[in-house]
Amino acid sequence: MESTKVLDAKGLACPMPIVRTKKAINELAAGDILEVHATDKGAKSDLTAWAKSGGHELLQDTEEGDVLKFWIKKG
Amino acid sequence: MPTPITTSELAKKIVNHEETLILDVRNTDEFDNWKIEGSKVEVINEPYFNLLDGIEPVAGKVNKDSEVIVVCAKGGSSQMVAELLEEEGGFTNTFNLEGGMKAWSEHLEPVKIGDLTDGGSIYQFVRLGKGCLSYLIESNGEAAIVDTNRMIDIYQDFAKDKDIKIKHLIDTHLHADHISGGRDLAEKVGGTYYLPPKDANEVTFDYTPVEDGNDIVVGNTKVKVHAIYSPGHTIGSTSFIIDNKYLLTGDILFVKSIGRPDLAGKAEDWVGDLRSTLYSRYKELSDDLIVLPAHYSFAEELGKGGSVSARLGDLYERNEGLQVEDEAVFRKMVTENLPPQPNFYHEIRETNMGKVTPENEKQREMETGPNRCAVHG
Repeated sequence: MESTKVLDAKGLACPMPIVRTKKAINELAAGDILEVHATDKGAKSDLTAWAKSGGHELLQDTEEGDVLKFWIKKG
Repeated sequence: MPTPITTSELAKKIVNHEETLILDVRNTDEFDNWKIEGSKVEVINEPYFNLLDGIEPVAGKVNKDSEVIVVCAKGGSSQMVAELLEEEGGFTNTFNLEGGMKAWSEHLEPVKIGDLTDGGSIYQFVRLGKGCLSYLIESNGEAAIVDTNRMIDIYQDFAKDKDIKIKHLIDTHLHADHISGGRDLAEKVGGTYYLPPKDANEVTFDYTPVEDGNDIVVGNTKVKVHAIYSPGHTIGSTSFIIDNKYLLTGDILFVKSIGRPDLAGKAEDWVGDLRSTLYSRYKELSDDLIVLPAHYSFAEELGKGGSVSARLGDLYERNEGLQVEDEAVFRKMVTENLPPQPNFYHEIRETNMGKVTPENEKQREMETGPNRCAVHG
């Protein structure tokens, strides 16, 4: 999937994946897509809940080996 | 800086029924699924990611001078939130639960239940984060443990501290909600691991069968652990009478509920066994036996000092699962509208059979979350 920006949050423990994601999305424009790579297993449910509460859309997520990937469209 | 608080310190507050205010900053789905409970525990949920732009969502709900324990999944986000509360909100009394809910799930709090006739004693190990109860019976320098949990170091440290040798590891049944530590601990201490043979058809290891009428003697002053076949939660489920005074019921009978018959996929087959165990086998026993179950479900079941127990005769008066005269109604109650099955219960059973051996981190993950072994009448 096409993305506007890729954020590498691999190796970071909670809460940093979300803190970094939030910062990165603040720098994007509405409709832009942020791709996030993380290894913290808790990132999946937290990113899903965070995106929902912030009005962003989680378009897709995949798991490749240990790496979780997310595509979030800024709302 | 927020003050760290250990799971052990938090457990003491809960078993002593102290007023405790918890701010749980996990996401709301996880919070709704499973949280810290206690009779005097007030718990507020506000996900940490809602507080990154300011702590207003919490500031309105909590007085800044109250003692507040911040909790998350592993302890990282709660540390951040506790710091924010102090720096931005001027909170003065914040604590961070070290290791978060993951550590909470593994904490065992030993509570003494009583003395035995020959000078020994019986302890209940309360797993507050999950509602599992296990038992250590000690007499004359020896100990038996019933329904040992996975965190075997805790029992070993306890035994070392009291200078007793663990000899017998007994499981009342093949567990589906938590990983048994019985076999591991038996290997570590050179003890004997007992399992009811009817639950052990598929196990891949050697064990000592424990059957109806068998006695296990703890210490040379003969505290008797007497087995009673009591199927229904599983086909092999076995209860134990300790010192003619305590009835260890496993997952068959709890203080406020009864066991569920469906976790091995055989609710229809086992409901008749559950019925006859609860409505005839146990009825033939003395009303004065003290029931010590392998689980509890509600914070209000924690009695004085944190123990969970009840007189058998009293349970026949007030446990709703024991008041169903009509067998068809009983059958319906324990086979329909059951709560969701425990997380990973299939994998947990396979682990307890020795068929799979997940790595340690995976085992922790499999057990995280609530236990759901009861039917509430």
